[in-house]
Amino acid sequence: MSPPLLGVEEEVQSSVSSPSVECISENGMGLKERNYLGLSDCSSVDSSGVSSNLNLATELRLGLPGSQSPERETEFCLLNLGKLDEKPLFPLLPSKDGICSSSQKNVVTGNKRGFSDTMDGFSEVKGYVYTEKSWMFHEAGSDSESPQSVGHGKYPGNSGVNVILSTRSPGVQASVKQDEPANVLQEQPRATNGTSLKQTVISNNTTGAPAAKAQVVGWPPIRPFRTKTLAASSKNNDEVDGKPGPGALFVKVSMDGAPYLRKVDLRTYSTYQELSSALEKMFSCFTLGQCGSHGTAGKEILSESRLKDLLHGSEYVVTYKDKDGDWMLVGDVPWEMFIETCKRLKIMKSSDAIGLAPRAVEKSKANNKKEFGYGC
Amino acid sequence: MNYFPDEVLEHVFDFITSHKDRNSVSLVCKSWYKIERYSRQRVFIGNCYSISPERLIARFPGLKSLTLKGKPHFADFNLVPHDWGGFVYPWIEALAKSRIGLEELRLKRMVVSDESLELLSKSFVNFKSLVLVSCEGFTTDGLAAIAANCRFLRELDLQENEVDDHRGHWLSCFPESCTSLISLNFACLRGEVNLGALERLVSRSPNLKSLRLNRAVPLDTLQKLLMRAPQLVDLGIGSYVHDPFSEAYNKLKIAIQRCKSIRSLSGFLEVALHCMSAIYPICGNLTFLNLSYAPGLHGNKLMKLIQHCRKLQRLWILDCIGDKGLGVVALTCKELQELRVFPSDPFEAGNAAVTEEGLVLVSAGCPKLNSLLYFCQQMTNAALITVAKNCPNFIRFRLCILDPIKPDPVTNQPLDEGFGAIVQSCKGLKRLSLSGLLTDQVFLYIGMYAEQLEMLSIAFAADSDKGMLYVLNGCKKLRKLEIRDCPFGDAALLEDVGKYETMRSLWMSSCEVTLGGCKSVAEKMPSLNVEIIDESEQMEFNLDDKQKVDKMYLYRTLVGHRKDAPEYVWIL
Repeated sequence: MSPPLLGVEEEVQSSVSSPSVECISENGMGLKERNYLGLSDCSSVDSSGVSSNLNLATELRLGLPGSQSPERETEFCLLNLGKLDEKPLFPLLPSKDGICSSSQKNVVTGNKRGFSDTMDGFSEVKGYVYTEKSWMFHEAGSDSESPQSVGHGKYPGNSGVNVILSTRSPGVQASVKQDEPANVLQEQPRATNGTSLKQTVISNNTTGAPAAKAQVVGWPPIRPFRTKTLAASSKNNDEVDGKPGPGALFVKVSMDGAPYLRKVDLRTYSTYQELSSALEKMFSCFTLGQCGSHGTAGKEILSESRLKDLLHGSEYVVTYKDKDGDWMLVGDVPWEMFIETCKRLKIMKSSDAIGLAPRAVEKSKANNKKEFGYGC
Repeated sequence: MNYFPDEVLEHVFDFITSHKDRNSVSLVCKSWYKIERYSRQRVFIGNCYSISPERLIARFPGLKSLTLKGKPHFADFNLVPHDWGGFVYPWIEALAKSRIGLEELRLKRMVVSDESLELLSKSFVNFKSLVLVSCEGFTTDGLAAIAANCRFLRELDLQENEVDDHRGHWLSCFPESCTSLISLNFACLRGEVNLGALERLVSRSPNLKSLRLNRAVPLDTLQKLLMRAPQLVDLGIGSYVHDPFSEAYNKLKIAIQRCKSIRSLSGFLEVALHCMSAIYPICGNLTFLNLSYAPGLHGNKLMKLIQHCRKLQRLWILDCIGDKGLGVVALTCKELQELRVFPSDPFEAGNAAVTEEGLVLVSAGCPKLNSLLYFCQQMTNAALITVAKNCPNFIRFRLCILDPIKPDPVTNQPLDEGFGAIVQSCKGLKRLSLSGLLTDQVFLYIGMYAEQLEMLSIAFAADSDKGMLYVLNGCKKLRKLEIRDCPFGDAALLEDVGKYETMRSLWMSSCEVTLGGCKSVAEKMPSLNVEIIDESEQMEFNLDDKQKVDKMYLYRTLVGHRKDAPEYVWIL
C-alpha cells in the first residue's frame, strides 16, 4: 500500500496548512489519511482503513505524538461513548446501511460489560446487544463518520474477542463512506453455541422502517400468550369480514386513460380528504374535489347538494369496488367503514359516473335517516 | 398469655385477613400459633417448592383456600423450559387424601393436567372457585370435569392459559342444577363453544357478576346474554363485529343500556370500529378497561371511547394509542391509578408508538397513578424525573424500552438519573423493572432509596458486581430478584448468602456466575435449593467449576431438594 501512502503524505506535506479533509478528498483511492509523522494539521490519529491490518492498529495504539484517540483510552467509560459520534461498525453498504451479520457477534463495542464471547454459553444476545449499541450511537450522531473503537478497559486481557477498530479522528469527517468495511478488524467469529437466537442483519435505522431484527430470547418481556393472541387477532380480522388488521391496506388504483395502475395504503389516511389529496398527487391531472368527510365525526355523510357539486364541478370521480363486487361512489359511508369494504379504487371520468350519482344521492338520503348509525 | 378463651381470640383473628399479618400473629407465642393455625382458612404459597403439601395440611387443617405459584416469573418470557416443574397434581392428590375441605384453588404459572382437574372436581364436595393464571397442561376435557362435578361452583376464571381446546362441549357439562355461578371467564380459549348451552347457563345463573367470553362468541349471542344478565359487573366481549344497520346490533344497544352495573370491560378480540357507539352508555361508569387484546381498536374511535370513560381507574391498552392518545387519557381519566401499555408490534422496536412523551402527559394529568407497565420506544431522564415529581405514589413501576440498552436519546446518557429519581420520590415503591442503558449508578440509587422494594427485575444492565451488591445490601425488604444478561459474578453472588434466606427467590441468567460460585452458595446455605438449568447439557460433560452458568434459580425451602426436576435441572 505504499504508493498511496506516499501520495497521501506528499499531499499532506505540501499543504501543511490545509485541513486534512482536503487531503482526503483529493485522494481518489478513498484512503484515510495517515499521520504517522504528525506533519499535517490533522491533530488526531488517522488510521488506515484500507487493508485489514492489525499491525497498523497496534501501531496507532501506541500513541503518536499529538495523537488523540479518545476511544482507546483504557479509562474510557460508558458515558463517553455517548458523546462521540460513531458509525456502525460493520456496514456492508456505505455508511447508513446494515451491519454485517457475521461480524456482529464479535464486536465488543465498548459495551459497558465489555464481555467477550466465551465458549461456554455466553449468550449470543450479547452480540446482538453490542451491535445494537453501536447502532444506537450511530443514531446519535449520524453526521460523523468515525467508527467506534473498542477497548473497554475492564476486560482487556480476555481470551475472547476484543475487536479493535481503527479509529477515524473526529477531525476527519469526509470521504469516510467508501472505507467502512475495511475499518473492521476482527478476530475469528466465535462459534455459535446452542442458543436459539437468530441473527439477522440489523438496520441501523432505529426510527425508520423496521428491518428484520435479531430476536433476543425473552425480550421484550411479553407473555407468549399475548403475542400469539394478537397475531391471531390480526389474522382473524383479515379472514372474518375482509377487514384488514392493523397492518397496511393496499388497494389498486386505476385511472381511465392512465397507462398503469398505482397502489395506495388506505391505512395511511384517516379521511376522504387525505385520500383525495394523495390521489391527486399521484395522478396529477386528476381532480377529485371535495369528496367525502369534512373531517369531523358525524358529518361524514355526503349531502345531496354536495354530491351534485362534486360531480358537476370536476372532471373525474373516484369510485371503489366493494366486497360484493359492486362499484360505488367514494364518499358515501364513514371512513372506517369505507376502508373495511374497499377492495379497489378507480378514477373514472365523471361522464361515466353519472349513472352512479342518483343511486349515491338516494343512498345518502337513506343514510341521513339512519344518522344514529353513524358517528360511532 | 391468654386472658381470653381461645374462641375469643379466634374471633379476633378472623378480622386479620392479610397473609403477612396472620403470619406475624402466629409468631407471637405458641398459643397464638395454635389458635391461628386452626382458624386459618386462606393460605398463600408464593413458591410451590418452598413447602410440601403434607406439611401444609398438617399445619392448617382448616384450609379452604389455597393459592400456589409455580414457575419463576421469567418463565413468562420463555426463559424456563416447559417441563421445568410446577406440577399441581401432587398438591391436589395430597389434599384429596386428607380431610381438607378445599373450596378455592388459585394457581399461577403451574402445570395443570386434566387428571388433576378431574381429581379436583371429584374430591372436594364444596369446591367453589378455580382460578388459573398463565397455566398450561390441560384441555377442555379437564374443564368439562370441573363443570360436571363441582355442584356448587361459583367461579371458573381462566386467565391467559395455554389450553388445548378440543372444542368439546365442556359448557354443556354444567348440569341444569348448577345455578351458583358468579364468575365465568373463558376468554383465553381459542375454540368454539356451544352457544345454546352458554345462553342457558347464563339464564340460570342469577348471581352471575363476571362474564368474559372468548372470540368464538358472536355479537348476537352477546346481546342475548346481556339481556339475561343485566346485573353483570364485569364483561369481557369476545367478538364485536357486526353490521351497524342490523337488527341484532340495535338489540345489542338496548341490551347494553340495561347493564347499568358494568364497571369493568375487556376483550374486543375482534372489533368493528363503527360499532363502538353502542358501548358509550356504559363507559361513564367503567373503572377498569382492558383493550390490550384489541389491536383493531385504534385511532379516533379509540379516543372517543376513552373520552367517555371519566371514572377509569385501571386502563390496559396497546401502544397504538400513541402519545397523543395518552394525552387524551391524561385529560379524561383523572381517577387513573393503573396504566398498562402493551406493544402491538413487539419485535419491531422501531414501530412502538409511545415514547416518553405519553408517559409524561399521563403523569401530569393523573396524579393518582400508582401502578405502571409501559412498553415504549424510548425514554429520557428528563421525562422520568418529571414523572417522579408528578406521581410520587408509585407502588409498581415497570418500564420496558423495546431496545434493551437504549440510552436517553436526547443526551445519550444512561437512564440512571431517571430511575434514581423514581426510587427517590416513590417511597412506597414495591416493584420495579428496569430497562434501557444503565450503569452501576442506578443500583446505587436503588440500594439507597428503594426501602420498600420487594421485587426487582433487571436486564442488560450494570457494569460490575457493584450493581448487584448495592441492591442486596440496600433493599432490606427484597423478596424476589430476577436478573438476566448482567455482568454480575461470583463476587456479588457470594457476598451475603444469608440474604437469600430472607428472600423468596433469585434468578440469574446469562450472567457471570460460575458453577463453583453456585456450589458455594448451596454448600453454605442448606436451606436453599440452588438449581442450575442447563438445557444444552453442557454441564454434564464439563464439570469445571469455572464454567459460567447459563441459568440459575435459587429459592428458600423447608423441604429440601424437589424430586420432580427434569434431567437438565441440576440441584446442587
